[in-house]
Amino acid sequence: MPHSYPALSAEQKKELSDIALRIVAPGKGILAADESVGSMAKRLSQIGVENTEENRRLYRQVLFSADDRVKKCIGGVIFFHETLYQKDDNGVLFVRTIQDKGIVVGIKVDKGVVPLAGTDGETTTQGLDGLSERCAQYKKDGADFAKWRCVLKISERTPSALAVLENANVLARYASICQQNGIVPIVEPEILPDGDHDLKRCQYVTEKVLAAVYKALSDHHVYLEGTLLKPNMVTPGHACPIKYSPEEIAMATLTALRRTVPPAVPGVTFLSGGQSEEEASLNLNAINQCPLPRPWALTFSYGRALQASALNTWRGQRDNAGAATEEFIKRAEVNGLAAQGKYEGSGEDGGAAAQSLYIANHAY
Amino acid sequence: MACQFPALTSEQKKELSEIAQCIVAGGKGILAADESVGTMGSRLQRIKVENTEENRRQFREILFTVDDSISQSIGGVILFHETLYQKDSQGRLFRDILKEKGIVVGIKLDQGGAPLAGTNKETTIQGLDGLSERCAQYKKDGANFGKWRAVLKIDNQCPSHLAIQENANTLARYASICQQNGLVPIVEPEVLADGDHDMEHCQYVTEKVLAAVYKALNDHHVYLEGTLLKPNMVTAGHASTKKYTPEQVAMATVTALYRTVPAAVPGICFLSGGMSEEDATLNLNAINLCPLPKPWKLSFSYGRALQASALAAWSGKAANKKATQEAFMKRALANCQAAKGQYVHTGSSGAASTQSLFTACYTY
Repeated sequence: MPHSYPALSAEQKKELSDIALRIVAPGKGILAADESVGSMAKRLSQIGVENTEENRRLYRQVLFSADDRVKKCIGGVIFFHETLYQKDDNGVLFVRTIQDKGIVVGIKVDKGVVPLAGTDGETTTQGLDGLSERCAQYKKDGADFAKWRCVLKISERTPSALAVLENANVLARYASICQQNGIVPIVEPEILPDGDHDLKRCQYVTEKVLAAVYKALSDHHVYLEGTLLKPNMVTPGHACPIKYSPEEIAMATLTALRRTVPPAVPGVTFLSGGQSEEEASLNLNAINQCPLPRPWALTFSYGRALQASALNTWRGQRDNAGAATEEFIKRAEVNGLAAQGKYEGSGEDGGAAAQSLYIANHAY
Repeated sequence: MACQFPALTSEQKKELSEIAQCIVAGGKGILAADESVGTMGSRLQRIKVENTEENRRQFREILFTVDDSISQSIGGVILFHETLYQKDSQGRLFRDILKEKGIVVGIKLDQGGAPLAGTNKETTIQGLDGLSERCAQYKKDGANFGKWRAVLKIDNQCPSHLAIQENANTLARYASICQQNGLVPIVEPEVLADGDHDMEHCQYVTEKVLAAVYKALNDHHVYLEGTLLKPNMVTAGHASTKKYTPEQVAMATVTALYRTVPAAVPGICFLSGGMSEEDATLNLNAINLCPLPKPWKLSFSYGRALQASALAAWSGKAANKKATQEAFMKRALANCQAAKGQYVHTGSSGAASTQSLFTACYTY
């Protein structure tokens, strides 16, 4: 093996690792507010609001005008490109407002999925071209972390070996390029919950995918201490007839992570996928109460699970902005508690009751 | 991806994980007493004792009939095939003596190195043929764990990609076969200390090797909770002019491990390589005091570093039995304390313990 050619200097490593630790400091997680124009179209049409740049600006303003209460529960916000350059009604850049709250600014850098020919509808993700230059510019414009989403799905014959390998590779290239530009890469290998598979199947696939991701990151000389992982929780498929408790989901999730994610990774920030706000909080809480030992922070990077109520309360009306912001703050605080295993639920299942549902030494 | 075909039942997993945890509980480590006939020859030659089966038996008897309190420091003993069937002078099988002391019996399973053509004298390891049947027999005969040593070296163009892949793959095949037969596999990918490379280079190589090993274990569906890792510590090459403190060795070692070894692995038992008894203990202690996240037990699997003083004290004479046992017990206790980060270096440890035990290109 040739002598190692260090990818990063000691100073670069320290900067990356400090940023990552700030984002997942105890009790903090990420607000994923990086919905593309197309995704925002879906969200806004659900509340009967036109998908204009101004409406998207007004909506993000609802979230970003949250008061200092969010400082203790939000460590980072992921922006979409357009939003990074938008300002509030007073002409202050959103980036500035977020940074002033001591929250780290992040940027979505992938350019969406493209098909993998010869597979059963599987995809890879594009966005590597010119990525270094884009990262350098984003860093100047205030971003300290980035996010790139890969997508895999479970069916009879998927994810295929090619899909796993290709997505892991592209994630590793993205991560390497980010770090060269002082940006902490959030690595997101999402396995969709579409399908009727059970919890065990999702766990198995998640373990295979994550093993491939970390092998690729090692091959590409990525500095793990300066990355974050954004995985799916291990859940049954949406159409699975079997119901599982948050404790079972927590145990399966934590088992999969313990078998694949090296302790050097500072934090795991779960995506919420199709979960409701409450479900996402209860599951995160159960994960943090699970008795298996874990060396990384276990927190959230939620989009819909932080914004659904806020969006619904706003409905495009300025008069509703204040109330909508309150809804967001409420979910943020709840998830901040869940990230510490201290959320007591919306009243029904108390924390103590949940604890007793863990089966000691259950082998997964 | 094809549906999962479970490699192990819940009961099998439970048995394996309990065995593994038992070996490394409470600061316990492993006595590697599995020297092959040839290797024992080199050991005995140093103390001018003839390499006969009886002499080998006598020395092992002295070690294994030590006071029962040894089981507080030694959780497992690795035996060579011959030794598994030997008895003490009262006709009691060694394996029964150890079992009665609460020590788990292990067996060396590999059958030595074979050259990899087209490389710079690199090797792979033989022993897979009929391995399942051998494991089944050893399990019946009282063994509960196995050990297989793969060897990589740092040199011009080494370790090559082929050597890493091939050794990782054979380790994973061995591990899979062990588990099918109720044996916990100790996975040993030794990166030799031969050479003049610095510690940083050893760290780089160790990280690449371990990443490949854990990817292979995942590919082969090995149950990590029912395995142990036996790696080299990260040190400079023996011929390097740079000197490093135990703390530096500890930091480099734990860094390499936490970037590659999943938290699901219950224990990491270091090999001592060519280190003196005292250095092996001091380094292990520093490793346990290292402030990085360490979700696995960090213990020892020492051969020479547990037996050097004992061998010297014995010198082939039955009359020296007590002195031999005292020397062995002393190192066992010291290393158990080191595995808890509680070792206090006592001034004089005797010539044998500080003497470097390095032999160029060490093979069993």
